[in-house]
Amino acid sequence: MATWQNKFRPFRACWYLVVTAFVTLVVCLAYGQTTNSCLDCHSALPDPLRVSQEKFSQDIHAQKGLSCASCHGGDPTSDDPGKAMSRKAGWKGKIDRKQIPNLCGSCHSDPAYMRQFNPSLRTDQLDQYHTSVHGKRLTAGDTKVAVCTDCHSVHDLRAPSDPRSTVNRVNVANTCARCHSDADYMKGYSIPKDQFAKYRASVHHEALAVRGDLSAPTCTTCHGKHGAVPPGIDKVQNVCSTCHTFQAQMYEKSSHKEAFQAASLPGCVVCHSNHGISHPTDAKLGTGPDAVCMQCHTPGDACDQARAGLQSDLSQLDKAIKGADQVLGVAESSGMEVSEARLGQDQARDSLTKARVTIHSFRKDLVDQDIQAGLNIAAKNLQAGQKAMAERNYRRVGLGLSLVAIALMLLGLRLYIKRIES
Amino acid sequence: MSEMSPLRNVRKWLDERFGWDALIAPLRKKTVPMHRLSYWYFLGGITLFLFVIQVLTGILLLLYYRPGANEAFESVQYIMTQVEFGWLIRSVHSWSANLMIFTAFAHMFSVLFLKAYRKPRELTWVSGVILLVLVMGFGFSGYLLPWNSLAFFATKVGTEITGQVPSIGKPLMIFLRGGEEVTGATLTRFFGFHVAVLPGLATLLIFVHLLLVQRLGISVPPKLEVEWTVNPAAKREMKFFPNFMLRELMAWYMALGVLGALAAVFPWNLGIRADPFVPAPAGIKPEWYFLFMFQTLKLIPPKLWLIDGEVVGVLVFGLIGLLWLLLPFFESDQPSRPKQWITGLAVFALAYMAGMSLYGHLAK
Repeated sequence: MATWQNKFRPFRACWYLVVTAFVTLVVCLAYGQTTNSCLDCHSALPDPLRVSQEKFSQDIHAQKGLSCASCHGGDPTSDDPGKAMSRKAGWKGKIDRKQIPNLCGSCHSDPAYMRQFNPSLRTDQLDQYHTSVHGKRLTAGDTKVAVCTDCHSVHDLRAPSDPRSTVNRVNVANTCARCHSDADYMKGYSIPKDQFAKYRASVHHEALAVRGDLSAPTCTTCHGKHGAVPPGIDKVQNVCSTCHTFQAQMYEKSSHKEAFQAASLPGCVVCHSNHGISHPTDAKLGTGPDAVCMQCHTPGDACDQARAGLQSDLSQLDKAIKGADQVLGVAESSGMEVSEARLGQDQARDSLTKARVTIHSFRKDLVDQDIQAGLNIAAKNLQAGQKAMAERNYRRVGLGLSLVAIALMLLGLRLYIKRIES
Repeated sequence: MSEMSPLRNVRKWLDERFGWDALIAPLRKKTVPMHRLSYWYFLGGITLFLFVIQVLTGILLLLYYRPGANEAFESVQYIMTQVEFGWLIRSVHSWSANLMIFTAFAHMFSVLFLKAYRKPRELTWVSGVILLVLVMGFGFSGYLLPWNSLAFFATKVGTEITGQVPSIGKPLMIFLRGGEEVTGATLTRFFGFHVAVLPGLATLLIFVHLLLVQRLGISVPPKLEVEWTVNPAAKREMKFFPNFMLRELMAWYMALGVLGALAAVFPWNLGIRADPFVPAPAGIKPEWYFLFMFQTLKLIPPKLWLIDGEVVGVLVFGLIGLLWLLLPFFESDQPSRPKQWITGLAVFALAYMAGMSLYGHLAK
């Protein structure tokens, strides 16, 4: 008994226990990692069969607990390729392009299933896809058109809110352009291939990509996402009006709407174009190279005169605002307090913006109301600037007189000191 | 020049009641040494004149200024735009504050270089240094009162630095701010410090400072003091009343002219209304008189050994301030053997403050 007690090492026993527990844990974890036998092989295969563990771990499906077998079937728990990829185990192999939308839709069109992952996610993507040009062509047997995986990517598919996602708002145009700007790939389709090049030069792309304005439109904003189709000539203004509400309201009541409809002209696109929409300037109302009115109207007719009047009105308000800005700028740099008038200038600029929106009514009387409001504000601000400048001059005259008085006082004191000290 | 009869009667009336003539007798006897550096003696008087301007314009601003986060900016804007000559009063107040701090610094360095702090004027120096700290306190508290963006963030940074002082820093910061953050409560507090606490303390100390100057007379540079002791015939003086006072009056008129010119040509900017919810403007800096300290703190590495760099900086500045206050006690009693290292230190301090302020001004 005494001998046993001497040989017992309680600390050493604990140490062995810890080592054993650690080894067991490592073995368990290692076993857990090898349960997906698909990735064990496919991470070692060359492209296009290669799918690495790192790549698949980025996929939102993997993150939500889905595995290769969820789409491809088979038995990922078996290390034997024959069993893992047996038809008996439900293995489907490479998914046929034509079957991809329906395969994705088998989950994504099931509200009860999708609710457990994201209750607010829509489940009508497949239905919408079938109404799209892509969907219709696929049904007709054209396998070159886009299916889910072409836009959303595959095996590393990310949520659209992820900035690295191919369908994130800022990446959508590049994703569409992969096919639509590829002249070889698009051979045989009668649609232009320069949409992306034009879009990249547009005011919308500048807002989205340069200024980071995520409310600015990209391809899917106007064409739809899963149900992507061209908006249609007579429905263009409906698309534009989702953002440009006031312009659309003005246009709806204008004489141009009826005229454009009668001539089967695509509304907004007639003056602003579609993919390459440039920043609108008042020169559009002019007669120069950027002018649009005179593409249809005859010089000297009533519409030409109205156009000239509208352009002159806008130019008059623009000049009045710039004139007031200039005087207020000088007053401000002279240290005068003109912040109220500066703030008022924003109101004048708002009136100019409003007048430019009202142009879409093509009615001079309505535009004149905004112009007049802006001119009144600009005149008031100009007056404030001029008053500040007059006040500045008054101060300087006052300073001059005060300095003369001080100089005389100094002279008097100097003479007095000289007198009392002599 | 003979006095007018009514004035003489008033003086006689005063003399009969509390001995006016005896009271002002020391001033009549007071003299000012005359030598090639006598003009430095004007600086103290100019600082006092600017303080009086501050008090007068400050009282006028109080007629319209309303402390409070919702009203302060608008009330200063009203003063600048609507009140008759309000722009002049506010601009003079702001320019005069800056000029006063400048002349106070110049006065301190002139006292240092002329060695006027020597025995028996140690207490005059001590009261003067405390007055300089109070004047900087006036600047710091007054800067926030218009409640504009720059002032708001400068106060935030400034009070944060106060919070770095070990153990008492955090409570002191909360006391200054009236809470954890700079809010309307801070503004009300700073207003109280600016118009009640600091003026009371400053007036008391100015009185003590002037009393000491009056009691001890005006100092002469050590070299000249030795020379005049050996040869009393070489001593040159002028009477304080009226000779020096009239010259001082000329200096005050000149200061008034400079103030008027600055206020009329460069009216003090109002800035943008403070908004606690917007990020601080890039490159925020304190007023020029705090810049040398601010820039130094910025240059100290975040960690010095195991201690926070900023804490070390604040403690070192505190220690230097204390030693600076006690500087006269390190000086020799003998005018013939002045401590040259103190002059060297003064030159270094001036060069450091000027250089670091310039660096801080130019740094992004």
